[in-house]
Amino acid sequence: MLALDWGFVLEKLILIISIVSVSLVIAMYETYAERKVAAIIQDRRGPNRAGPFGILQPLADGLKLFMKEEIIPNTSNKMLFVLGPCLAMLTAMMTSAVIPWGDRIHFTLFGLDRYISLQIADINIGILYIFGVVSMGVYGIMIGGWASNNKFSLLAAMRGASQVISYELPMGLSLIALLMVTGSLKMSVILGQQLDGWYNVVHQPLGFFIFLICAFAECNRTPFDLPEAENELNFGYHQEYSSMKLGFYLFAEYINMFISSAVMVTLFWGGYDIPFLNDAEAVKNIGYNLMAVFQGLVLFGKILLFVFLFMWVRWTIPRFRYDQLMNLGWKGLIPLGLLNMVITAAVVLWLTK
Amino acid sequence: MESLTSRAKLVERKPMTWVEKLYMWNIMKGMLITFRHIFKKKATISYPEEKRAFSPVFRGLQILNRDEEGRENCTACGLCAVACPAEAITMEGAERKPGEEHLYREEKYAAKYEINMLRCIFCGLCEEACPKDAVYLSETFAPANYQRKGFIYGKEDLLIPHPKTNPEEYKKALGNRAKNKQQQN
Repeated sequence: MLALDWGFVLEKLILIISIVSVSLVIAMYETYAERKVAAIIQDRRGPNRAGPFGILQPLADGLKLFMKEEIIPNTSNKMLFVLGPCLAMLTAMMTSAVIPWGDRIHFTLFGLDRYISLQIADINIGILYIFGVVSMGVYGIMIGGWASNNKFSLLAAMRGASQVISYELPMGLSLIALLMVTGSLKMSVILGQQLDGWYNVVHQPLGFFIFLICAFAECNRTPFDLPEAENELNFGYHQEYSSMKLGFYLFAEYINMFISSAVMVTLFWGGYDIPFLNDAEAVKNIGYNLMAVFQGLVLFGKILLFVFLFMWVRWTIPRFRYDQLMNLGWKGLIPLGLLNMVITAAVVLWLTK
Repeated sequence: MESLTSRAKLVERKPMTWVEKLYMWNIMKGMLITFRHIFKKKATISYPEEKRAFSPVFRGLQILNRDEEGRENCTACGLCAVACPAEAITMEGAERKPGEEHLYREEKYAAKYEINMLRCIFCGLCEEACPKDAVYLSETFAPANYQRKGFIYGKEDLLIPHPKTNPEEYKKALGNRAKNKQQQN
């Protein structure tokens, strides 16, 4: 046998599978939640016929997408055509690897005595990894536009890609300011500081604000949903897609939304920290496993609040024009991000004098 | 220029202030409005549990009328078929045999009377054209169907229930026309 710690591999594998399936299920029900929230805000009721309260509606939608005809245009680049949505989905899921989903669980079955941490990979470049993967998301859009062999799709893909990359810069700037405050890129260290002290949103309110707006733009959500609008009306970058490939693009957007909310909660709002509760003492009283359950529930509660915020803003604001979008990104948010960095640096230097 | 009434408001087109350009305050106000709408009463009618009330002149499905003794009014004169702009009505006439006086009012009756609901535009011209008060448009919809032939309504589907054997159904199907008839008589 290879000199591997098979227990380690097994626990990571199980963790990965469970987190991926949970993200998929949550993204599925996010489509349902989107329709319900949209309906409730618009004085109507939303889907309530498929199953009690319309709970089985996402299954019906998924079945519809499966049953449609898969068209691959003759003149398109076949390999790239299939690769585009796969990349979009891949980058959406990869970010979930560095988010801490809970503290630890104490695994005592089968005579073992292991502490399994609920974070798949606690690398010491945590935030930078997230940033890098988000930058790779541009590939999904560009490849989708190029492989359709359609001038209009290409132009639309250029617009979508330019939106994504121009909002990555302010995101990076706000993360730099956060790094100045926390002193480490490791996600578990950032979270550890928030467990003991104030949440990072108190240290970095402007940084959180900039990060929130950039998250809206990265997920292609209103008011920045110019790519979506193009795809509805005329040749956008996923106009030529049908059935499951289109389903992957649409689904990747919802998974992106979920993961962006998770990242925001972890970086700024304390992740799985239960507010007003001293976690170390609680762990001594009720043990690791029950604590992990509570922490997971608290994390999901916070993430769901943010997802609701995404949807609430979507049905409030009309979408931005392309030049307004670019203006906001380059001429509005980057100076604001730099200002935030300067102020943070000044305050940090003054406090550690 | 002089304004005609005193209600004219002068349009102010001042450039946005620095705070307004930020747009955040307006977005917050908008989000508050949408949040308040979550708790307002919904305007949806849950068909088929609740149904919307129609106006008395609503043009729905056709009904072939009978008189008070239960005899069919229609004499297959064909005026409704000629009047129909979509050519949806077809009929075949037949002669009344001596033993059937309680079934049909006059010597000629419609043996086959078919309306193709896919062609019908519910304009009501057949109701206006009929000289015998035999066709009128009621307050129901044509329900959905999986096949085309389910939409060709024959005489049995269109006849009003018999007033002697089903008086309540007859009254319900007559609807507002009962009131109009009483006003006429």
